[in-house]
Amino acid sequence: MKIDKNTINKIARLSRIKLDDKESEDYIKDLNSILDWVEQLNEVNTENVEPLSNISSSILPKREDVSNDTNSSEEILENAPDKLEGFFAVPKVVE
Amino acid sequence: MSKSSLKQTLKDLDTKKISIRELNQDYLKRIKEKDNLNVFIHFSEENVLKQIDNLEKDNSAKKLKGIPIAIKDLFCTKSMPTTAASKILENFNPTYESFVTQKLLDEGSIFVGKTNLDEFAMGSATNTSFFGNTINPLSKENEPLAPGGSSGGSAAAVAADLCLGATGTDTGGSIRQPASFCGVVGIKPTYGLCSRWGIAAFASSLDQAGIFSHNVEDASILLQSIAGFDQRDSTSAKVDIPNYFENLDDDLNGKTVGIPKEYSIDGTPLEISQIWEDAIKVLEKKGVKIKNISLPHTKYALPTYYIIAPAEASSNLARYDGVKYGFRSDEIDSLDEMYENTRAQGFGREVKRRILIGTYVLSAGYYDAYYLKAQKVRKLIADDFNKAFKECDFIVTPTAPSAAFPLNEKQNDPIKMYLNDVFTVPASLAGLPGISIPFGKDKNNLPLGIQILGKHFDEQQVFNAAVSLERSYE
Repeated sequence: MKIDKNTINKIARLSRIKLDDKESEDYIKDLNSILDWVEQLNEVNTENVEPLSNISSSILPKREDVSNDTNSSEEILENAPDKLEGFFAVPKVVE
Repeated sequence: MSKSSLKQTLKDLDTKKISIRELNQDYLKRIKEKDNLNVFIHFSEENVLKQIDNLEKDNSAKKLKGIPIAIKDLFCTKSMPTTAASKILENFNPTYESFVTQKLLDEGSIFVGKTNLDEFAMGSATNTSFFGNTINPLSKENEPLAPGGSSGGSAAAVAADLCLGATGTDTGGSIRQPASFCGVVGIKPTYGLCSRWGIAAFASSLDQAGIFSHNVEDASILLQSIAGFDQRDSTSAKVDIPNYFENLDDDLNGKTVGIPKEYSIDGTPLEISQIWEDAIKVLEKKGVKIKNISLPHTKYALPTYYIIAPAEASSNLARYDGVKYGFRSDEIDSLDEMYENTRAQGFGREVKRRILIGTYVLSAGYYDAYYLKAQKVRKLIADDFNKAFKECDFIVTPTAPSAAFPLNEKQNDPIKMYLNDVFTVPASLAGLPGISIPFGKDKNNLPLGIQILGKHFDEQQVFNAAVSLERSYE
């Protein structure tokens, strides 16, 4: 079993998702069965194969080096759950 | 019920046989009648009437002027909220317009509403939506069927004739599979043909916008409208967009079709193999050369996809932290608590599952074994297609391993659900264009789909083969 209680807690922490005990158990089961299933990739010989990260063959075009302003801070803040004097507001970080 | 096509409607509007108002009122009436299908996450009659008012004052000629279009609720729209079918974006009102929807607005189309989908496009039945299931319009009474997914709302909107076309997105089959389930046409173009700007990201190396429509001609008109280069998406391709519709040619004489032997999978229902054979026979009669080809790494496509897509999703969905937009939990004793509770309460089960698996395969010590390995197998899958396309002009396969299944089937077993995408995922990994067209029925009289795949940016060939098969089937 690849995923145990400790591993799931660690991943959940890295993902910033709080899990209760019942959920942890469910995900341990799900993730182990998915990981067992993807193991079959080990049958494939990938020696000297370049990883494919971008399927697009196009070359990144350069743009003019000029400034532009597409968003105002007001627009950016419009959907914020909490804001203060033109900034996003979050719970206190420093005591 | 005979559905009028986009092509015919454009003619009727042009000759003043019908007005923009009359046309859209007809669609509004049907949308309200079909409310029980839960096709739309957002629908506002008032908003539609306002668009009609504006268009009536506009004297300029526009290609899609007055045409009712449904938008998958993954595309940011200024005039309507955008939720990605997630609680975490329940009250999100974009301050910008996606590239694809802007193009459709520029052409004068009318947005009838935002369609339901699997949460963040993660699913194959439109049953992971925070806003409930969409019901396949082809369901019999008391036996609700799934519309497929993730773009199930858009496929259902076209099938129920609630619009003349709809946008979708396809990451592993999310346009083609629901098109097959709902008996409509759905095209996922080449990766990079349509800008992803303003589409909520799921797996960025795979996500691509596309079109649902009643028939292939309509799809060719609409795809041309949403395609094009955009510098705000770094993977957007700078290619000329042909006039697919004008260039449609159903004469396939002398072309070669590839039939991949690896797509004959044990357990595929007989009727699916049967429609595949039927399609091949039709093509043969049209003078198409049949070429048996091999795509040897096909069976590894699904496990490859289910490493790469969740990995990219875990990274893309990190932005939903309760700070910049969307839902924030009330339990916020500290910043970390806020993040963890917001994401725990804001995301649904399938989304969390994929974030967790994606985080695992990218985490220290496992990256090479899972993620890098999957990227290498992805290269082999793409190479398979490159080799095959040296011997053929297009490839024909079934779209999905079954017809539409009952609404709540397969929900508890993730791997069983993932198998829905077995025929669509390989082309997604290779970035190839693919279309699904209705072709034949199963024993319950439910539609089945045939998938046509083409070379990169050879949408024209895909459309030509599709229109040819469609015309011989009608």
